[in-house]
Amino acid sequence: MSPPDRPLIELIKATKRFPGAGGTVHTAVRELTMAVAPGEFVAVVGPTGCGKSTTLSLVSGLQPASAGQVLVNGTQVAGIPDGVGYMFQSDAVMPWRSVLDNVASGPRFRGAGKAEAREQAADWVDRVGLAGFEGYYPHQLSGGMRKRVALAQTLVTSPRILLMDEPFSALDVQTRANMQDELLRLWAGSGAAVIFVTHDLDEAIALADKVVVMTTSPATIKDVYPIPLPRPRAVEELRLTTEYVRIYREIWESLRVEVDKTRQRGQVGSVAHA
Amino acid sequence: MPDTMNVAPAAGAPIPGPAVEETEQSILSGARRAHQRRTRNTWLLRLALVVVWLGSWELVVGLGWIDAFFYSRPSKIWARLVEWFTQGTDFGTIWLHIWVTVEEAVIGFAIGTAAGVVLGVLLGRSQYLADVLAPFIKAVNAVPRIVLASLFVIWFGLGLTSKVATVVVLVFFAVFFNAFTGAREVDRNLIDNARILGASKGQVLGNIVLPSATSWILSSLHTAFGFALIGAVVGEYTGAQAGIGFLIANAQGTFDTAGVFAGMIIITVVALLAEWGIGRLENRLLRWRPNVGAIAAQI
Repeated sequence: MSPPDRPLIELIKATKRFPGAGGTVHTAVRELTMAVAPGEFVAVVGPTGCGKSTTLSLVSGLQPASAGQVLVNGTQVAGIPDGVGYMFQSDAVMPWRSVLDNVASGPRFRGAGKAEAREQAADWVDRVGLAGFEGYYPHQLSGGMRKRVALAQTLVTSPRILLMDEPFSALDVQTRANMQDELLRLWAGSGAAVIFVTHDLDEAIALADKVVVMTTSPATIKDVYPIPLPRPRAVEELRLTTEYVRIYREIWESLRVEVDKTRQRGQVGSVAHA
Repeated sequence: MPDTMNVAPAAGAPIPGPAVEETEQSILSGARRAHQRRTRNTWLLRLALVVVWLGSWELVVGLGWIDAFFYSRPSKIWARLVEWFTQGTDFGTIWLHIWVTVEEAVIGFAIGTAAGVVLGVLLGRSQYLADVLAPFIKAVNAVPRIVLASLFVIWFGLGLTSKVATVVVLVFFAVFFNAFTGAREVDRNLIDNARILGASKGQVLGNIVLPSATSWILSSLHTAFGFALIGAVVGEYTGAQAGIGFLIANAQGTFDTAGVFAGMIIITVVALLAEWGIGRLENRLLRWRPNVGAIAAQI
C-alpha cells in the first residue's frame, strides 16, 4: 500500500485532443487535475458527451494524454497499468463464451491454468449472485445479469483501481438500484479505488465518497463535493433522507449550469456537432 | 368530457365469449396439430411441384413436342443413373468418379479456406496492409478466374493438382472477403475489455477476433463449397481422366444429354450433402448465438 499522502491516481493538467471532423482538432478534456486515494470511491458527473469517458481512457492507458501528466501509483501511465479493471458502458462480455468462461478470461489471459482460472471464476460467479448460471451464454441472460457477469469478470482480477463508464445506464430503474447495492457490497471488501463516470446525479451521490462535477466540453473540473453520508448505504432508502436531498440540491445547482450550456449549444449548433 | 360518457357503455358491452373455454392442454395440442398440418402440406405441395415438372417434361417429349435427343427425358435420365450405379460407367465404377471429384473439391476447399481466413483476418486487422493490397485484390477478383482452369491444366497436367488449384482460386476469394469483413467488424469494446483483462496481441487475435469473425467465415463456407464443386467440375471439364466433370464432358462429346443431366444430378446431391454438413458445423460452432437454428432454417 502506498502511503496516504501519495494518491493512487493522479491527473495533473491532463489534456486530450483528437483530430475532429473537417480538419479541426477536438479537445475532449482540458487541463484536468484530480487525485484519487486508495480505496476511495469517486463519481464523475457532467453533461452528456462532455468527455467523462475520455478521463477513464487516460487512466486506463487505452489512450495517451496529449499534454499534462497521468500518474498511477506514482508512475507515468504508458500502456495499461497493473491492477486496473474497467467496466464499459455497453456490453463487453464475449457472447461466444459461457458465463463461467467469460469470468475466467482475465486469469486465463494472465497465464493461469484452465482449472485454476475456472475455480477463481466460479467463486466470483457465486459472489455476484449468478450461481447456477455458469453454463449459460450471455444472450440467454437479462441485461442486469450480463452486467453481473461483467462485474465478476472485472473483479476476478482483483483490481486496485476500478474504472466504470456509466456501467448501469442501460438498465431499468429497479435493476439499476439493485446493481448499485451489489456494487457497493462487493467494493466494500475490495479496498479498490473507483472512478465511476455517470450522468445520473442520484447514482453519483448514492455511491461515492466524492462527486466531481465536470464542465461542458471541453471538459475540465468545475467543483468537487465530498459526500459525508455514512456507509454501508442502502441506495433506495438513502434517497429519502434530508441529508441526501440537501447534497443533491447543492450539486445540482452546479451541474445544472453546465447541462443548460450543453443544451443551448445543442440547439444552436446541432448541425456543426453532428 | 361528455363523449366518454357516451362511449363507455358501448365499449363495455358484453363480448360474446368462446363457446368452449380453452384449457392449457387444448391450446398446446391445437398448436401442435396446426404445426403438423402445415409441415405435411408443405411436403405434399413440394412433391406435387416435382411431379408436375417431371411429368410435363416426360409428357411433352412423349408427344413429340420437343426432341428427346436434345432435351432428354426424366425416364431416360433415371435409367442412365441406374445404369451408372449398377453396371458402372464406360470409364469404370461411378464411385471412383464421385470420389475423384469430391477429393479435388475437399482438398481445394481446405487450402482455399485456410488461406482466405489467414489473409482475411490479417488484412482485416491491419488497415495499412489492407490499403496497400486493396487494388491488387480488387484486380485479381475481377479476373474471370474460371479461365485459369485451362492454364492450370497446362501447368500441372491432367491430374489432381490442376483441379485443386482451380478450386483454391475460387474458394479463396469467397472466404477471404467474409473473413476480412468479420475481422474488421469486431466490437472495439470487446478488444479493449480483453486488453484490460490482460490479453496480449496474440490472445486478442485468438480469443476475440477469430471467434468474432467465425459467424462471417462460416456463412461464407456455404457458397465456398458450391464454388469448390464448380471448380472441380470445370477443371475436369477442361481436361481430366476421371471425375464427374469428365463424365459430363464425355457425355457431351457423344451427344448423350441424359448423361449430362445424370452428372448434374450427382453433383447436386453431393452439394446438398455438403451443405447439410456445413450447416451442422455452423450450428455446433455458433451455439452461443441466439436462434441460430431458426436463421439457418430460413435459407
